[in-house]
Amino acid sequence: MKLLNVSGSPHVHSDESTKKIMWRVNLALVPSLLVAIAFFGVNALLISIISVASCLLFQWLIEKFIMKVPSTIWDGSAVVTGLLLAFNVPATREMILLVIIAALVAIGIGKMSFGGLGKNPFNPALVGRVFMLISFPVQMTTWPKVGGWFPVNVDATTGATPLGMIKERLKNGENLSEIMPDMPSLCDIFMGHIGGSLGEISALAILIGAIYLLCRKIITWHIPVSFIATAFIFSGILWLCNDEQFIDPLTTILTGGIMLGACFMATDMVTSPMTKGGQLIFGFGCGLLTIIIRNWGNYPEGVSFAILLMNSVTPLLNRWFKPKRFAN
Amino acid sequence: MGGVHPEENKISTAAAIEEFPLPKTAVILMNQHLGAPATPCVAKGDKVKVGQLVGKAEAFMCANVHSPFSGTVAKIDTCKDAFGLAKPAIYINVEGDEWEESIDRTPDIVKECTLEPKEIVDKLKAMGVVGLGGATFPTHIKYSVPPDKKAEYLIINAVECEPYLTSDHRVMMEHAEEICIGVSILRKCLGVPKAYIGIENNKPEPIAVMTDMAAKFEGIVVEPLKVKYPQGAEKQLINAITGRRVPSGKLPIDVGCVVSNVGTAYAVYEAIQKNKPLIENILTVTGKKLEKQHNYHVRFGTTYNDLIAHSMGSLPETTGKVISGGPMMGKAVSNLDAPTTKGASSLLVIDEGEAVRAEESNCIRCGKCMNACPMGLEPYLFSALVKNHRIEEAGAHNILDCIECGCCFFSCPANKPLLDEIRLGKNLYRGILMAKKK
Amino acid sequence: MTEILSAVLVLSITGAIFAVVLYFVAQKFKVIEDPLIDVVAEALPGANCGGCGKAGCRAMAEAFVKQGNMDGLSCPAGGAEVAKKIAEILGCTPEEKEPQVAVVRCNGSCANATAKTKYDGMRDCTFANSLYSGESGCAFGCLGLGNCAKACQFDALSLDPETGLPVVNEEKCVACGACVKACPRGIIELRNKGKNNRRVFVACRNKEKGADARKSCSAACIGCGKCAKTCPFGAITVENNVAYIDFNVCKLCRKCVAECPTGAIHAVNFPPKPAAAPTPAPADETGSNPKNE
Repeated sequence: MKLLNVSGSPHVHSDESTKKIMWRVNLALVPSLLVAIAFFGVNALLISIISVASCLLFQWLIEKFIMKVPSTIWDGSAVVTGLLLAFNVPATREMILLVIIAALVAIGIGKMSFGGLGKNPFNPALVGRVFMLISFPVQMTTWPKVGGWFPVNVDATTGATPLGMIKERLKNGENLSEIMPDMPSLCDIFMGHIGGSLGEISALAILIGAIYLLCRKIITWHIPVSFIATAFIFSGILWLCNDEQFIDPLTTILTGGIMLGACFMATDMVTSPMTKGGQLIFGFGCGLLTIIIRNWGNYPEGVSFAILLMNSVTPLLNRWFKPKRFAN
Repeated sequence: MGGVHPEENKISTAAAIEEFPLPKTAVILMNQHLGAPATPCVAKGDKVKVGQLVGKAEAFMCANVHSPFSGTVAKIDTCKDAFGLAKPAIYINVEGDEWEESIDRTPDIVKECTLEPKEIVDKLKAMGVVGLGGATFPTHIKYSVPPDKKAEYLIINAVECEPYLTSDHRVMMEHAEEICIGVSILRKCLGVPKAYIGIENNKPEPIAVMTDMAAKFEGIVVEPLKVKYPQGAEKQLINAITGRRVPSGKLPIDVGCVVSNVGTAYAVYEAIQKNKPLIENILTVTGKKLEKQHNYHVRFGTTYNDLIAHSMGSLPETTGKVISGGPMMGKAVSNLDAPTTKGASSLLVIDEGEAVRAEESNCIRCGKCMNACPMGLEPYLFSALVKNHRIEEAGAHNILDCIECGCCFFSCPANKPLLDEIRLGKNLYRGILMAKKK
Repeated sequence: MTEILSAVLVLSITGAIFAVVLYFVAQKFKVIEDPLIDVVAEALPGANCGGCGKAGCRAMAEAFVKQGNMDGLSCPAGGAEVAKKIAEILGCTPEEKEPQVAVVRCNGSCANATAKTKYDGMRDCTFANSLYSGESGCAFGCLGLGNCAKACQFDALSLDPETGLPVVNEEKCVACGACVKACPRGIIELRNKGKNNRRVFVACRNKEKGADARKSCSAACIGCGKCAKTCPFGAITVENNVAYIDFNVCKLCRKCVAECPTGAIHAVNFPPKPAAAPTPAPADETGSNPKNE
């Protein structure tokens, strides 16, 4: 007869686990990965594999030799970071190796330096991306031209992201009415047949993943909806004021990283607020900052900065927005 | 608000209530209730009958203890309870089954009750009736409503939201009329116009039986409730039925409510109408790995080992835990030699795989604990504060409002022992408050 | 040129305004404090262990200065050295105090008190104590979850993985008493270090009757009272089925050690006796006291 276990109640547990949540997030990222491979070919696949592998490797090394704790690389969180990191870089040949540096920064500085999963205040993948954007501005803004389906060799000729093109030509004194005819169609934008970072191009694939996460109750609607709605409304107001200088709201939310950011990066459990009220404010802040950075900042895209800035106020939001107490 | 949906596992629903055979020796603990222990009023060598008073309530917060067995008092000593802690007890060598003459043992149902409210309370006190929902709060104290407060609702808790447990289910199926008489007595005692019996929707049969029976009585309403754990927690039940909320640190009577368990209503019937003191309870013996599921009439003082030996021979080889009560709020038994008490509603055998807690990992701030908390508290925050000895801050975040339902630990993907930490924090915070008062 | 001038001007003016504001605020909220407090606080160890009963070293320094002498106040962590320093600062004589050390009064090791259940909850003694008696079934013994070790600010307490009991490092222990407060079962006691660091004590707190105590632990004190009868100095009292040796009276003769039928009385740091002597060598058994002679 084995010894009886003794513990405080409860004596049963739901079948939830951190591992399950993380692998489900990975599953939700698969559609976007497939789209990336379809439009960017081997480069996209290689970047993703190397990014994930180096994230796993760095986490293992840090846990084994620096923190001296049991390894947690198979809890799926390093894979999520790796995939999101790959999704946030352009699919050029140079990135295949550069992404290793990004992975080191994301895992080493963004996550493990704070104590590992759950203790990082900023989204690790975004820390990696922003580091790259500042350190390697040329490589990070050199976009491969989108070709046909499954290109084996994406040549070095560079295309541009819709946002980058607009920003550039606006600077040159052109008006939107002159620029818009050169933009891809809304349908192409929605499907993802546009230039951009690996995982952000197809709004459709991202939405499929997000719906899966919503069904699995891993994310709630609050952050994505308030993020996208704020961006839509704010850019809509600007567009109504001056449609020669500001892009229309629909194009705004479908291009660049808003979809990816709102569904997968801003909703990261660790770095977003926990209460519904906090999440709504968080999404609102992300949306607002994104549009501000896009229109008045130096960079054509502002999602990463917006989310990181809002990450930093998450502890405050958790303090201000308390759940409604039953007894008060 | 909040709540979780654990697997129901009500596998012993169909098992009719059986009489549990008398053991050879029995130990009667003197504190089977909330409060001070009763004082033994028999001596070694005395002959006792079933239903004879053996432990007298002397303190205010205390309940009489009656002998569930006839026989000779072997000794008066301490006995380790189910959790290994020594408690004052009376040891009895069981001889035959001789009852006190005053107890009506016929199966006839006595409907009329002519007692005045005061007399009802006195009789409940004499009969040692306590709440059978788990807290074992002495019933006579609950029904002595202070003059500055007024009861408006009587709520009978037949929710049985805990997984596995079926004793309330069975007692409603088999003793509906007695329960309704008991409820009427309690209603009269409080002087309230209506009594509500709250039953979770996953028990259609008891709902049907009780609704039919309640129709024959005045002022009893059966209220089917949404299936959600912890629907049967006192504050949640009051909220579901009356829409009122018991404020922080207050009692149900402060919002005009008195809540009793359905098992208590049955015990009240037996005590008032049949002169039978509280000496036995309906106890579910269940577990996924057990061949047979049982619901027993068990007299207090029967040991857990007796229960195991009679119902399953011996514990299954892969047993991980034995629990007294349900899996969400019950207590793990560490000493199987201990006797059952008035508070025991089940003997639940949980298999190793389920019983052993998975390894704890870092909090990922998913907020599941917070969303699951029926009291709208922040378990993750308490966990961090208690670990860092910031107890007063935890107190400021209403840690004492926690009803210990266990939804937080149940839903935590990181397997953090949230409720353990909260309990520790509550104890430490109560200590701080006590020190401040002095 | 005007740009530089305006910048200098603006900065100077704001600087001046802030200086004036700061000056008045500092005057308004000035806290008059005896500078001696800082000097005394400097002399204290600064571990904020709370062994003195004050909130921390700073609070203790305030108490010292307020009182002006050392009567009734002592820093257990600092010991004689710190006491001397503070006495110098305050200009008084330090109180003489016998040096003490923390002693673990439980021998319910994994071997002596075999586990009858397995604890599977929060690793905290206070919580486990509120839940049940403990893995061995002894409601008075060590729970082995290490609250004492966590409370020790001097790294002097650790859990022995083999016995499951806490071990005191006598060299590091400063007798601050933090572990005494941390133990929910009052197992750890501060006892006089004794002559040559030698001590005799009862390593059990079980108040149950002998037979019950033995059920959970083979090394339990059964309250038989043989030790009390043997003791020539009347240092041993048996109360609630458990013996206690008064360290102020005990003359370290070790007669009781030989008498104890369960080996619950421990004598530590004595040199090994000649082979004929029946005394066991409990220092090794407990492992609680590394020899430092």
